[in-house]
Amino acid sequence: MSTRPTMSCRELVTLVTEYLDGTMPNAERIRFERHVAVCPPCRAHLDQMRKTIRASGALTEESISPKARDTLLDAFAGWRDG
Amino acid sequence: METQAAVSDRTIVDETALVEALRQGDRDAFATLVDANSPWMMRIALSYVSSRASAEDAVQEAWLRCLNGLDGFEGRSALKSWLFVIVTNCARRRAEHDSRSVPFSELARREAERIEPEPLQDRFFGDSHPRWPGGWTTFSPSWDGLPEQRLLAGEVTARIESAAARLPDGQRAVFLLRDVEGWSSEDVCNALGISGSNQRVLLHRARHVIRAVLEDYLEGGELQ
Repeated sequence: MSTRPTMSCRELVTLVTEYLDGTMPNAERIRFERHVAVCPPCRAHLDQMRKTIRASGALTEESISPKARDTLLDAFAGWRDG
Repeated sequence: METQAAVSDRTIVDETALVEALRQGDRDAFATLVDANSPWMMRIALSYVSSRASAEDAVQEAWLRCLNGLDGFEGRSALKSWLFVIVTNCARRRAEHDSRSVPFSELARREAERIEPEPLQDRFFGDSHPRWPGGWTTFSPSWDGLPEQRLLAGEVTARIESAAARLPDGQRAVFLLRDVEGWSSEDVCNALGISGSNQRVLLHRARHVIRAVLEDYLEGGELQ
C-alpha cells in the first residue's frame, strides 16, 4: 500500500477537474475518494462542481436562423455549379 | 466497449465519406453538416461578437470558406477542428481582435501556461497548520437542498452565459465546447490544438469562475 500522506482539502480542490475527467491514475483516485468519503466540505465542493457542469449543459441551444441556413444551401448549389 | 481510437477512426471514415459527398455536390450532405455544426459554431462566434447578426455572418462566412477550401481538406485533422479554426478566425476578425496574428492554439497555450493562483486558495489553512493542514477555513454551504429545476432555470443559465462571455479566450472556448456543447476532451484538444494538460488547466479555471458565480447567486438567496 502506498505510504503517501493523506490528501488535503486544498490538494483535492486542485484535482477535481482531473478526477471528473476520469484521467487520474488509480492510486491517486483512491486517495481522492477516501478523502471525499470522510470529508463533508469536500463532498459538498465536488457536488457543487458537478452541479455547475450540469447547469452549464442546460444552456439553450444556439443556431443560425432558417433564413441563413437557406442562404447557405443556395450558396452550396452555386458553388457546385460554379 | 469501443475504444477512443476506434471511435475516432470511425469518425474519420464518416467524415471522409461526407467530404467526398460534398465534392460530388450532395446538397443533403451539406445540409447535414450545417445542421450538426452550426449550433456550436454560433456559440463560439457569439462569444466574440456583440450581435447575433454578426455572429451569424461569421458562421455563414466560415461555411463558405469551408466549401472553398474543401479541396485542400485532406482529412488529416478532424472536420470539427478545421471548422473551429475557420469560425474562430472569422469571428475574431469581425470583433477586430488581433485577427490571425497569433493563432488561437498559441493564444490558448500561453493562457494555460500563465501562472495563476489556484482557485479558492484563500479558503484553506496553510499546509503547515498544526491542526488542519490544507483544510478548509470556510465551508461553502451545501447545494443539496437546491431543487433541480432551480439549478437549470433561466436565471442561472443567463448568469452562466454572461460569466462565460467575460472569460479569457482560451478558457471560454474550452468551457463552451466541453461543458456547454458536451464535446470530449480529445475533440477539444484537437480543435484548439492544445495539449490535454493545458486543456484541463483552462477548463478547471473556467469551471471555478462559473461555480463562484453560481455560489454568489444561489447562496445570496436560494439557499438561505
